[in-house]
Amino acid sequence: MLLNVTHCTNYKFTAPVHYALQQVKLTPATRFGQRVISWNVEINGGRKELSYIDEYNNKVDLLSITNNTSNISIKCSGEIETTDTNGIIGLHDELVPLVFFTRTTELTTPGSMIRNFSKVITRDNSLRSFYELSAAIIDAVKYKTDTTNVLTRAEDAAQSGSGVCQDHAHIMIAAARYAGFPARYVNGYLYIQDKKEQSASHAWAEIYLDAIGWVGFDVSNGISPNDLYIRVAVGLDAHDAAPIKGIRYGDQDESLLVSVIVEQ
Amino acid sequence: MLAKTANGLYWMSRYIERSENTARLLETGLRMALTRIEPSHDEWKSVVETAGVESAYIQMHEEYSAQNVIDFLLRDKSNPSSVMSAIDSARMNARLVRTAITRDVWESINESWLKLKDVLKRPVSDSQLPTILGIIRQQSALIRGSLHGTMLRNETYSFSRLGTFIERADNTARIIDVKYYVLLPSDSYIGSSLDNVQWESILRSVSAHRSYRWFYKADYIPTNIAEFLILNKSMPRSLAFCYDKLNENLNVIGRLHNDQNICQEHSCRILKMLDSHDATSIFTTGLHEFLTNFIDENINLGTKISEQYRFYQ
Amino acid sequence: MPLSLTEIMQNTKINNTDINSDQTKTQFDEMYGTTDSNRLPYDGYNEWFKQQDPKSLKKKSNEAETIFRRSGITFSVHGKNEPTERLIPFDIVPRIISSKEWVALSRGLEQRVTAINSFIHDIYHGQEIIRAGVIPEELIIKNQAYLSKMIGVNPPGDVYTHIAGIDIIRTSENEFFVLEDNVRTPSGVSYMLENRETMMQMFPELFASVRVRSVSDYPKNLCRSLNAVAPPGCQGAPTIAVLTPGIYNSAYFEHAFLADHMGVELVEGSDLRVVNGKIAMRTILGFQTIDILYRRLDDDYLDPLNFNPDSMLGVPGLMDVYKAGNITIANAPGTGIADDKAIYSYMPEIVEFYTGTRPLLNNVPTYRCSETDTLAFVLDNLSDLVVKEVHGSGGYGMLVGPAASKRELSEFSKKLVNKPENYIAQPTLALSTVPILVKSGLAPRHVDLRPFVLMSDKIEITPGGLTRVALKENSLVVNSSQGGGTKDTWVLNE
Repeated sequence: MLLNVTHCTNYKFTAPVHYALQQVKLTPATRFGQRVISWNVEINGGRKELSYIDEYNNKVDLLSITNNTSNISIKCSGEIETTDTNGIIGLHDELVPLVFFTRTTELTTPGSMIRNFSKVITRDNSLRSFYELSAAIIDAVKYKTDTTNVLTRAEDAAQSGSGVCQDHAHIMIAAARYAGFPARYVNGYLYIQDKKEQSASHAWAEIYLDAIGWVGFDVSNGISPNDLYIRVAVGLDAHDAAPIKGIRYGDQDESLLVSVIVEQ
Repeated sequence: MLAKTANGLYWMSRYIERSENTARLLETGLRMALTRIEPSHDEWKSVVETAGVESAYIQMHEEYSAQNVIDFLLRDKSNPSSVMSAIDSARMNARLVRTAITRDVWESINESWLKLKDVLKRPVSDSQLPTILGIIRQQSALIRGSLHGTMLRNETYSFSRLGTFIERADNTARIIDVKYYVLLPSDSYIGSSLDNVQWESILRSVSAHRSYRWFYKADYIPTNIAEFLILNKSMPRSLAFCYDKLNENLNVIGRLHNDQNICQEHSCRILKMLDSHDATSIFTTGLHEFLTNFIDENINLGTKISEQYRFYQ
Repeated sequence: MPLSLTEIMQNTKINNTDINSDQTKTQFDEMYGTTDSNRLPYDGYNEWFKQQDPKSLKKKSNEAETIFRRSGITFSVHGKNEPTERLIPFDIVPRIISSKEWVALSRGLEQRVTAINSFIHDIYHGQEIIRAGVIPEELIIKNQAYLSKMIGVNPPGDVYTHIAGIDIIRTSENEFFVLEDNVRTPSGVSYMLENRETMMQMFPELFASVRVRSVSDYPKNLCRSLNAVAPPGCQGAPTIAVLTPGIYNSAYFEHAFLADHMGVELVEGSDLRVVNGKIAMRTILGFQTIDILYRRLDDDYLDPLNFNPDSMLGVPGLMDVYKAGNITIANAPGTGIADDKAIYSYMPEIVEFYTGTRPLLNNVPTYRCSETDTLAFVLDNLSDLVVKEVHGSGGYGMLVGPAASKRELSEFSKKLVNKPENYIAQPTLALSTVPILVKSGLAPRHVDLRPFVLMSDKIEITPGGLTRVALKENSLVVNSSQGGGTKDTWVLNE
């Protein structure tokens, strides 16, 4: 499937900023299941200082904001060709050792709920057991916006009984790691036929199964990512994989406006 | 040079100058108290006023006793102008710029700090005061000597000099301003013993009572005193002398970027303004107005220096 | 012939109850050995010493203190109230190492540091050592000191441990052990240099009669060494700067000392910014690029954007600039994995794996409490052992069995049982002694040695290092934070 993406992020500061940095991971890479035909990151109000490929193979751009700027916008757009691989990404071929992805993080520290969820997981028929787990999570934690935020921990979201894609992915990851499976968090885009304009990008989990390799699970939608999905950046959790992470000097506040358009 | 280093040198010297100035004010106070016939706390009050720390003092003490004032100006950590606070801050800044100053300078500051910390451990009575002030004077001389004797004459030295003269100009201007009324021409009999004591104390506050006599070979006359402390370029604590030096050192730093900058322009303007006056014209404009304006302009120059040389960002 | 680690381990495991055998009980004095006449390396010194008046020596000793105090060579101690500055006591009797001893020691150090550097490169790249089954994967990959952001990063020249301080102890004429590898931000080198300066100032005639190898080239060598691993894009002469946490840091004196002697700027995080993809310092004339940052700040505080976000001391974006290849950081981030005490016990295997030769320097036998059998053994013999926290340093959080009270022992047992993987245990080796000057004359005190190893295009080791001495009689704790002092260390010129 040929997908066109336009993703705009706009920060407004209540007072001029004399120095700030933003670490941006918003560039998808060509890999099994997706081919980047074109991609462009356009920055207004800031300056690209450098870029590099990080340990997870994410492309990172470092932006600086200087000279009393009060507005910065980052516009990503491009064309990606996707194929349906049933959520399978393939064997681990990166430098980060697999066992690293069993490290637990603050956001994915398991509690009683997550330990309970992870009981479903079996070694023998692991793929099926993870589908069961995915179903169990969405059953217990309903999709509902504005009940959690970017700092909500997996266990707290599970206890509260509602959350968004980030929470679902976190719970899935925490349960998988608790059962000893490497798991990671994925940021990306999802094409929804009757909802081309979205207010945020999407996120899901990837779990490593012996013999199959990395497999994606979109708990919120109850499926494995197919050709409607574009994979952008990965990390241990939402914080690690964050599309934009920044640091700013001064006591301004910021407001954020995001618009995502994914169309065929 | 790192901007932080320039900032540290500047403040190191300001604090060294400040500790000396505070000590000198105490010396004046002591002198006045000793030459007084009737016991009164007025001279100690005037010392606090001249040091510009009245409001902080009132919060700590109810009356202007010798003991309280001495303690407040020598040892009180909550008073940033006390000798101990100033030498503490001077050393902190010296530590910050440790790599820019010579070992001699650092050691003299560190040694002064150790010494003063030791002698100021306990409250100082007015009978011990002369000895303590003697030690402070000696230590200042030691620091000054090592600065003059071992520092390369480049921008490092110049930034430290800027701090010295901005602080000194501020100090001298405030001393005159606090007492400006005793210098105003009045109809009453001039040269009363009270006036003489007041005038002498102004001169003493800036160590100028002897040099005044050398220079004018005459009794104290208010216009002469004002002229001496404001306009005389051979008097090392006068405003004109300070601005001569500020100008000179700003030029040394300015050579680094081959460009006349706002700091040089500003100090030039102040120097020209001083040059254009004589004592009479200052009294015509109004001594107090003249000094208030000068103090503001001096603060402005400090701000301009910190901006031009990126002290803070 | 020194025993290799495996041999010692085997011996100690066979003779479980025998860990305090003769090797640990008899005390070796470096001046006198076990006899009454002095050992050969001390000949020249003793000749001189005999002619000295004890009173004037005592006076010199006080003089030394004045020199140190005046120059502000202090370290800060953070106590209950405001931080105070303390002087590290200096003893005027030098510790003397013969040329032959030094050659052997420095070959061992070179081998060890080479292996450590290869190890760090390996675990952030292909992880051959894990594949080969030499070290358990979990111990490295799940270790908090293993910095995932370093995976795949290629530091200039593949150098990670630009400066290493390897703590060595001696137990007999021929036995040296490595007690600890310090490859994060080892400190103490300024004391090595100042101790020598002070000695030369006080006893010039001594240096005329005894030929001692100079240490004063260290700052120059450090500069040269760092310049040799400038980032690839660096044009012209590289700019070096020393990054300090600031004047309140306990080692600030050393940071300023080194910057001063290297002739480079001493910077704090607040002086630095990312400018044109590089790190630059704020000078009075604008921002100036830094090519090589000798940082004296721990990994966690280095970059609030990439590590601890609460760090006010670091430089945001430093890690990004590093990963983009635009700056050299010395030591490289993530080297802490190699001086983790849990990894320490594998060091002989690490040395052999990367150099293909048997280790020239022994490890102190080390018991990993994470292993069940070993834990039981450690608990049974707690009063004879030294137990250390795996991630601790500076002598904190450790138990010295022979010196501990019954209550301390039982409290520590509980800690061990609760978190065995957090601890390692070692026998209480009798560190060698060197005399110090006390009121009644000379008295033996335990010492260790921290030589400083520089690594870049070649390895350079300053002859000697920092000798730390426990000033209390019989004490084995040499840490300056716990009452230890220092001595000048002499390596004799053949």
